[in-house]
Amino acid sequence: MIYLKLFWEFFNTGLFAVGGGMATLPFLYDIADRTGWFTHHQLADMIAVSESTPGPIGINMATYSGYLTSGLSGSVVATLGLITPSIIVILLIAAFLTAFHDNKYVNGAFYGLRPASCAMITAAGLVVSKVTFFAGDFPSGFSVKSVALAAVLLVFTHLIRRTEKFHPVIWIAFSAVVGILFKY
Amino acid sequence: MKILIDLFITFAKMGAVTFGGGYAMLPILQREIVENKKWGTEEELADYYAIGQCTPGVIAVNVATFIGRKTAGNLGGIVATLGVVFPSVVIITLLAGVIEYYSSLEWVKHAFAGIRVCVCVLIFNAVIKLFSKAIIDRKTLAIYLIVLACSVFLNVSPVVFVIAAGLAGIILKVRTK
Repeated sequence: MIYLKLFWEFFNTGLFAVGGGMATLPFLYDIADRTGWFTHHQLADMIAVSESTPGPIGINMATYSGYLTSGLSGSVVATLGLITPSIIVILLIAAFLTAFHDNKYVNGAFYGLRPASCAMITAAGLVVSKVTFFAGDFPSGFSVKSVALAAVLLVFTHLIRRTEKFHPVIWIAFSAVVGILFKY
Repeated sequence: MKILIDLFITFAKMGAVTFGGGYAMLPILQREIVENKKWGTEEELADYYAIGQCTPGVIAVNVATFIGRKTAGNLGGIVATLGVVFPSVVIITLLAGVIEYYSSLEWVKHAFAGIRVCVCVLIFNAVIKLFSKAIIDRKTLAIYLIVLACSVFLNVSPVVFVIAAGLAGIILKVRTK
């Protein structure tokens, strides 16, 4: 009953991941740890693919992880699982739109949810960083080449005004070329 | 029936041309939905985004559900949402097959090792952007640090953090008023 399990896992993700695509990341790591459907390495690749293809990132990640788990039907089931809670919640909210907007309890909940979501994405980022900068072997596998590339990318995306707003797909392509040329 | 087909095709087109998630979709929504199809106004779009940001799920999906429902009822909401995810499912499934097939090649491995570094930087940048909006005082900073420490050191489902942080937010915000 892999399909039921897939649907359930992504239904959960869709229900609790608040605040856009990257917010699904901590849930995907949790799924990877518990089910072994995909590895941390594959998840990192998945983020790169999602960032460089059209469509909402959360959906892309669900489709890709569903595919890794059980092929085409897996990707359809995972995506449907992810969007089902959204559809239900939004159809309910649409009926009470203004009341929801100015409710002090709703506002209070999001006051607490936003920093929590940010913290969980930070933690997910640390997991990817460990795989990346230590080549899976902590701490002996430390990779100077990876840190150098990260430093270059940080300079381009933060300090140089002309390149700051470039689309992520450009940096992904750039990093792929660097990776091939310098045998990362 | 005609309106449902129109909804599906319009949202599928938008799903196919938007790179980079919900926010990148806003200008395209403004052109297609407000100016071309007249299914909604600028103000409604802004409201949908605000709500989409603080409800579970992907923002683009939330906005599609809202506009579809407004245009053709609950069924319209479902059809518009299926439309917006349709291109992703097709494109990613095709790519995933190709990537899995080539991933044993030496140069592809090098490429992905480089790309993984880029992914770290992209996540870091996303965190910085979110941090400036989410951490606005000492209490939100405390929530951030506690959840970060717990996610790194404890093996707890993220669902627990979401529920706990939501409750903490209600208690902190509503009580102090």
